Amino acid sequence: MYLTDRKRAAGLGAAKSGTSDVWNMQITSWALLVLVPVFVFTFGPVLGEGYVEALAYYRNPVTATIAAATILVTMLHFRQGFQTLIDDYVRGETRKMTLIAASFVLYGLGLLALISIVRVALSPVPALVPAVVL
Amino acid sequence: MADVNRGARPLSPHIMIYKPQITSISSIFIRITGQALIVATLMIVWWFVALATGPEAFAIATWWLTMPLGDLVLGLSVWALWYHLLGGLRHLYWDAGGSMEIEWAERLGWACFIGATVLTLLTWLVFLFV
Repeated sequence: MYLTDRKRAAGLGAAKSGTSDVWNMQITSWALLVLVPVFVFTFGPVLGEGYVEALAYYRNPVTATIAAATILVTMLHFRQGFQTLIDDYVRGETRKMTLIAASFVLYGLGLLALISIVRVALSPVPALVPAVVL
Repeated sequence: MADVNRGARPLSPHIMIYKPQITSISSIFIRITGQALIVATLMIVWWFVALATGPEAFAIATWWLTMPLGDLVLGLSVWALWYHLLGGLRHLYWDAGGSMEIEWAERLGWACFIGATVLTLLTWLVFLFV
């Protein structure tokens, strides 16, 4: 059988597919372009404040939504960015295992942050809780 | 396989062969800052988990995040964050087909470094007064 140079190379490109990776990166980038500055200047002032102040600050649905959206999109964006790094430098089974572990950790962290923020956002306002409970 | 050329394919020149240029340096810094930002992300996630857990956990998290080392890591992460954001914006602009010429790639590379530094100083100033 005779193979031409072109035939030998066909289908052996680095990725074979991957437009979804580019698309995910662009979508999360645009979202973070807005979310990150808003998060930095809403989170920055409350860092260093006391427990009661911080709780009251993130009981507000607007600050809570900004924090939850920023952290969740960050995890999606980071997972994709980390995969870009791993795809460049790691091969074979190690690459696969690293990507699975990264997804596990990053989605886990995103959920952990989300549940924490929701719990704070839905926590009872002290003035409305009977004094006996406090 | 009928691939007669196996093992004798041309190799890409290695990274160390190239002289550092603003185009390559501004590119690798997007990757470095992006990966480094996981540290600040973990610290912030910790802060929220501690806030949801209770006053004792929150006091510990706040102490670590606002002590000198915590301040240093978060303060430098502000630069990484702005650099990564500006570098990402440059990528979105390129993906849309803008300014593909080399001199513009070089100018935008410098703009990322200078812009990130200016934005970082402004952010520090804001946090100093609020």
